[in-house]
Amino acid sequence: MAAPDKNLPDYERLGISDRKTPIGPLLAIATVASVLGIALGLLIDWFPIAASEQAGPIDTLWDVLIICSVPVFVLVSTVVLYSVYRFRQRPGEEDKDGPPIHGNTRLEIIWTTIPAVMMLALCVYAYVVLRDIEDAPAKGTKTLNVRVVGEQFTWTFFYKGGDGKDVASPQLYLPKGTPVKFTIQSKDVIHDFWVPAFRLKIDAVPGIDTSYRVTPNREGRYPVVCAELCGLGHAVMRQTAVVMPPADFDAWLTKKASGDEGAAGGGTAAGAAPGETDGKTLFTGVQPSCGSCHTLADAGTTAEVGPNLGESLKGKDEAYIRESIVDPGAKLAEGFQNLMPPTYGETLDPAEVDALVEYLLEQAKG
Amino acid sequence: MALTARLGKPGLLRGLWGLLIGIAFSAALDIAIRAAYGYDPLVDAEAITIVSLLVAPFGFLIGIGAFSHWFYWASGKPTQPEDHSSHGAKSWKDYFGVNTDHKVIGIQYVVTSFFFMFIGGLLAMLVRAELAAPGQQFVDGNAYNGIFSVHASLMIFLFIIPVFAGLANYVIPLMLGAPDMAFPRLNALSFWLLPVAGIMMTASFLVPGGSFAAGWTAYAPLSTSMPLGQLFFTVGVQFAGASSIATGLNFLVTIITMRAPGMSFWRMPLLVWANFSTSLLVVIATPFIAASQFFVLFDRALGFNFFNPAGGGDVLMYQHVFWFYSHPAVYIMMLPGFGIVSEVLSVKSRKPVFGYRMMAFSLLAIVLLGFTVWAHHMFVSGMQGWIRVPMMVTTAIIAVPTGIKIFSWLATLWRGVLTLDTPMLFTLGFLTMFTLGGISGVVLAMIPVVIHVSDTYFIVAHIHYVLYGGSLFTIFAGVYFWFPKMTGRMFDDTLGKVHFWMTFIAFNATFAPMHVIGVQGMPRRVADYPEQFATWNLVISISSFVLGISTLVFLYNIVSSWRGGPRASGNPWKSLTLEWQVTSPPPVFNFDRIPTVVGGPYEYGVPGAVHGTFTPAVTAQKTDPPPVAASSGGSGERE
Repeated sequence: MAAPDKNLPDYERLGISDRKTPIGPLLAIATVASVLGIALGLLIDWFPIAASEQAGPIDTLWDVLIICSVPVFVLVSTVVLYSVYRFRQRPGEEDKDGPPIHGNTRLEIIWTTIPAVMMLALCVYAYVVLRDIEDAPAKGTKTLNVRVVGEQFTWTFFYKGGDGKDVASPQLYLPKGTPVKFTIQSKDVIHDFWVPAFRLKIDAVPGIDTSYRVTPNREGRYPVVCAELCGLGHAVMRQTAVVMPPADFDAWLTKKASGDEGAAGGGTAAGAAPGETDGKTLFTGVQPSCGSCHTLADAGTTAEVGPNLGESLKGKDEAYIRESIVDPGAKLAEGFQNLMPPTYGETLDPAEVDALVEYLLEQAKG
Repeated sequence: MALTARLGKPGLLRGLWGLLIGIAFSAALDIAIRAAYGYDPLVDAEAITIVSLLVAPFGFLIGIGAFSHWFYWASGKPTQPEDHSSHGAKSWKDYFGVNTDHKVIGIQYVVTSFFFMFIGGLLAMLVRAELAAPGQQFVDGNAYNGIFSVHASLMIFLFIIPVFAGLANYVIPLMLGAPDMAFPRLNALSFWLLPVAGIMMTASFLVPGGSFAAGWTAYAPLSTSMPLGQLFFTVGVQFAGASSIATGLNFLVTIITMRAPGMSFWRMPLLVWANFSTSLLVVIATPFIAASQFFVLFDRALGFNFFNPAGGGDVLMYQHVFWFYSHPAVYIMMLPGFGIVSEVLSVKSRKPVFGYRMMAFSLLAIVLLGFTVWAHHMFVSGMQGWIRVPMMVTTAIIAVPTGIKIFSWLATLWRGVLTLDTPMLFTLGFLTMFTLGGISGVVLAMIPVVIHVSDTYFIVAHIHYVLYGGSLFTIFAGVYFWFPKMTGRMFDDTLGKVHFWMTFIAFNATFAPMHVIGVQGMPRRVADYPEQFATWNLVISISSFVLGISTLVFLYNIVSSWRGGPRASGNPWKSLTLEWQVTSPPPVFNFDRIPTVVGGPYEYGVPGAVHGTFTPAVTAQKTDPPPVAASSGGSGERE
């Protein structure tokens, strides 16, 4: 055996690679990368348009979470990449081991305590935001109550008319600046009432009422989305929330509540232009749209949830078509289940139903 | 062999007969009951199918011989407690029958799980093909819901959970210095329950009305109002769950009672610790999903009202019972991976695992905390509001033990001598990707954020960062790492690296953009979406196809290396743990001599350190009549 080389440190003689490395450069790289990462994270346009007072605090919480998250990820990745670069096995080191470091109590306490404190701090902040967005408005503030009823595969929105009677609408109308309390119900399976622009959602649960509050603060039209899998039409269970000036909303509600259902053009119930009686426009304009489930060449729709009306209506008469719209479960096309919302008779005014029937009758003949 | 003899011999052929007899029995039972009640029609195909789902698998299991020994014993026929006739594999055919060798069962598990992983992967490709553009491409809403439901169910119940059980089945007895698992016949039954569950779930596509389509979560009352296919999930989960529970018990007993002399709990490798913790979770939590699915079965098949509010049922109860299993299930799918990472990192960094005891304690902390966070899946479910806040705190706090593990692994890397081969690359990939999944997990603890992003693609992104970037990366690392031990062959490291880089890049290109479209407002589980999400979805779909192809590189590497790779030595990685101190593959009863454990499992860098020795020479198995000294050694393993 050759005499050990006196110039080598102990660990080298033992076949151990010491590789003491200052962590200064590593921390410098991690800091720069974190700053860049945070900048990138905040630049990404994460959210849809914000249209409620509740959206602000949630979006801010998100930004804080980005600022806390990026350095954690960057730190882990930097240590991995730096170790790969600095400590990878080089030629001649095939039989070398690293130094036998079994642990370091102080380090372990630090990396237990700091994350624990960080987590608790984030929880406190999140709790404050939660209180902020869920608090009932101050006493005396006028609140609009809207009952939201989900069923396969549509939402219906019920308002209280002047005489205390329920007013049903297939489209959600809300006055800007007024706190709204939604009470959400389901007729069949679980749905989830979500308006991404408001940032809030909750399940519609059969058997119980759920609720949340929101104060819309931006006029516009926003999608209403069902977020809980509710069956084969889940993807098309989409409607629209319209936030309008309070005066317009009051006018709409009064008209809707007292509206003579017999009068043509009595409202905008169908969600199409007021008084719309063009069947083809109604076909794609009503809520939920006929075209989101049915194929009809003339209207340019291609969905296959329900029967292809170009085929299934061939040779059918007016009574059959009318019944299929207002009471879709009465007679089913072969091979199809009863999935169409039974709400059209209620939410369309008679003139609109007439127009649709007339249009479809034309198609059935052609 | 005469046909009658072949039909009577335990095996797949007799299993097929058993299956058919089971179906015939179910039909007869059903018809008899309907006749007794005077129901019309007498023959109801749906009712017969439901009874068959429950009964026929037992016909199959009896047929292949999974119960033979116990039946002989119960009926008083002569049995040999040390009957090793179905132990070990001499040819590939032995892998297609009931075998009591944990090494055979381990390989059966791994290969079967990967088979279902490829089916689940194909389904994922169909999902992405449908979502490549808005509108309808290939499948309608019902088929789409079925495809993603079966995809998730196969990946969870037939791939990630059992593939970890398979790797552990192979490695744990070897690591402990034991000749086999504590209950080898139960172990064989556990395995054979799996193909039953997998085939049942996959076969649901053939049923009128299509496969189960209520998601892998099968929320009631959607699931209780679904066509017949739903019950293939409801019952399939029972078989997969029974398999899990039996294996969990088997691991617990094996780890507690069959450690080699000197193998104290604080000398166990962390993979053993990880599977000990996982098995605790499995045994305590799995009965809850069994219960939730029995409720669904009763509601759907027998008209019970557990989840029917009109009949006094409670819809939210389903979710509580379901998630009381299914949240711990996330840790069932992750803790064994933590064990694999500790093994690979330590060997490939040539350093002891940093903070070994804290690593073990943090596993136990996760087990405990894992049972206190389930309702974070229900923040928008409409449950009582106050419970959200404590669940938010526990959910955030569970990141602390997980963080301890990540930081300790980083410290294990630091100053090591890193070998950057395929298992190590997947481990390092895991470290970074799982960190991202963990971070989005903390984000998903924060109630106000969850109210917006729950049920969106943000959730889809999170779960795939945890289960793909987390679990699957460790599975790949583990399969490559123990491949030489299992097959006696080396894999192709270059192809392995190609596999890693393809997977790593395509994985991120697939799942990272999902965070963005989720927050922007794209809900999950939809076959169609608005135009605004079209660009990202196309990018995601194309990336996912590359990701799909990357698994073929893995498949080719494994198959060709298994057939003709270079021979592997007993210890190609110069590892200290016991499984590497025997030949590759190991002898039928693992150790010709019982090892004595004299130190920790990861003493790399300590000159002359060993974990176990084979001196004094103690003969382990019944090759010779055991000398007196050996019997004391032998009983020591079952202390």
